[in-house]
Amino acid sequence: MLQTRAPRPVHTGLPGGLWVPSVLALGLIVLPVIGLVVRAPWSRFGELVTSESALAALELSLRTGLVSTLLCVVLGGPLAVVLARGSVPGLRLLRSVVLLPLVLPPVVGGLALLYLLGISGFAGYALNVVFGVRIPFTTTAVILAQTFVAMPFLVVSLEGALRTGGERYEVIAATLGAPPWTVFRRITVPLVLPGLGSGMVLSFARCLGEFGATIAFAGSLQGVTRTLPLEVYLREEVDPDGAIALSLVLVVVAIVVIAVARPRSAEGWG
Amino acid sequence: MRAGLHVEVAVRRGDFTLDATVHVAPGEVVAVLGRNGSGKSTLLAAVAGLLRPDNGRIVLDGRVLTDTAAGVALPPYRRRIGLLAQQPLLFPHLSVLDNVAFAPLAAGTRRRVAREVARRHLTEVDAAEFARRRPGQLSGGQAQRVALARALAADPDLLLLDEPLSAVDVELAPALRSLLQTMLAERPAVLVTHQLIDALVLADRVVVLDGGRVVEQGPTREVLTRPRSAFAARLAGLNLVSGTATVGGLRTEDGTELSGLADSTVLGAAAVAVFTPAAVAVYVDPPKGSPRNVVHDRVAALEPNGTLVRVRGVGGLAADITPASAVELGLHARADVWFVVKAAEVAVYPASV
Repeated sequence: MLQTRAPRPVHTGLPGGLWVPSVLALGLIVLPVIGLVVRAPWSRFGELVTSESALAALELSLRTGLVSTLLCVVLGGPLAVVLARGSVPGLRLLRSVVLLPLVLPPVVGGLALLYLLGISGFAGYALNVVFGVRIPFTTTAVILAQTFVAMPFLVVSLEGALRTGGERYEVIAATLGAPPWTVFRRITVPLVLPGLGSGMVLSFARCLGEFGATIAFAGSLQGVTRTLPLEVYLREEVDPDGAIALSLVLVVVAIVVIAVARPRSAEGWG
Repeated sequence: MRAGLHVEVAVRRGDFTLDATVHVAPGEVVAVLGRNGSGKSTLLAAVAGLLRPDNGRIVLDGRVLTDTAAGVALPPYRRRIGLLAQQPLLFPHLSVLDNVAFAPLAAGTRRRVAREVARRHLTEVDAAEFARRRPGQLSGGQAQRVALARALAADPDLLLLDEPLSAVDVELAPALRSLLQTMLAERPAVLVTHQLIDALVLADRVVVLDGGRVVEQGPTREVLTRPRSAFAARLAGLNLVSGTATVGGLRTEDGTELSGLADSTVLGAAAVAVFTPAAVAVYVDPPKGSPRNVVHDRVAALEPNGTLVRVRGVGGLAADITPASAVELGLHARADVWFVVKAAEVAVYPASV
């Protein structure tokens, strides 16, 4: 590998007036977290985050988050390939549709899921009559709500990776006699693994933080649908110390996610 | 059955239309020449199956690859046509060996056997030592060698070469060119190139495309020594003036008369006058009382050409003179000049075969 160092860009000078709003913006992001750290009940921290309800919420969050991320990959991965490589009319419209959960208030998404899959919703009614299955207010509902809000993160970052990677290698592979499925398996997938990785991390983070869609569609039953953010919100009323301790757990997860996923997307191939 | 490649395609893309018929005999290497936008890449893409022509038929060794009338359009992976592009495009996640083993593996060969095949092909292109490396650790020339081995490992019935040497360092190009010469000896290929030397060394026949049409084709030597199209003449470094045949020469569209040695021209038919830049003298004052051909022009550019200076006229003529005379004449861009060439140096022949 060649050892090249990027030449330092020469700056023409920043307008001084940009510094004040910049510092304020950073402060708005960092100070609340510091506030949380300062206010944290460090002496009882271990005991608070290992209480029965906290552990149940943490376990549920991790479990549903992993399953949702997997669902995002299984469903959103192929969708990203279709969006990046397909030549169907209306692809641009589809691309905007995928962004919908990103801009929609999550609680609206949760309500939408409820009116689709609830007992009175048409799909929910059919499921109930034909299979006797009820989805709302179950762990399945939590997973669906999380998949709904996290899907765009995976699709968008994977589609970006597919586009920057380009089709050139796939064309060469085809001229070497490889049928489409072989090209997909041996060229397309290995080349977008970094993009897929950062997409998965982002989706997982979004799943862990999911609140609105979950509470609307799945409710808040301890051990069944009460994920970590719901637990934090409910504790805030009765046990602020516990809420802060659990919040810090989520902060740590967020920082880990940024550390893992950010450098790649900053380099432009994630 | 080895019947070679027969291509007859029409592709319309907005204002541009490619309408060409090209034949490649078994074992023959055909160079497709033409300026940018002449339709070379479009032709190659149609043959490779990467682009569907609006109309046409492509047949390789009796196998119909494309037939728009019958609705046949074989996908690229069923065509048995290899592609060597400008960039080597080695798969970055595979070792050099596995890059070359890709095609045999895709064809269903077992991994161990595929790697053996790959090793043999790497040895053939003199790149066996790189087998374990990653593509990122190779130089441009080495990578292109490996890309060639990879294309040949698929045992294609036809090889398409899209300017395979244009991204390779100047010092490394000759070695790679002679390697290509060896590898293409028995194999039919279509080569798209800008370089005269590539056509000379590699191609048995050349096809010149201009504006999406074949304007000239024939054996390489004949096209480059007796060009009939402006592009082939420019590539061969010759002056070409087209017009209609007169007694003892030709008349251009703007009425200029050029006399030369006419060879089987038909009076009034389209003809071309061809002469080397070395045969052209340059004057800054109108030459008097001479039976020679004189063309008044202005200098468009002065370019180095070996030990000489090439004077390019706005009208398209070129003259090679010594640097000393260029200085003596005080030549500069936009200078008024008279290009003079003896009739004995001008070959006039029909514009079409």
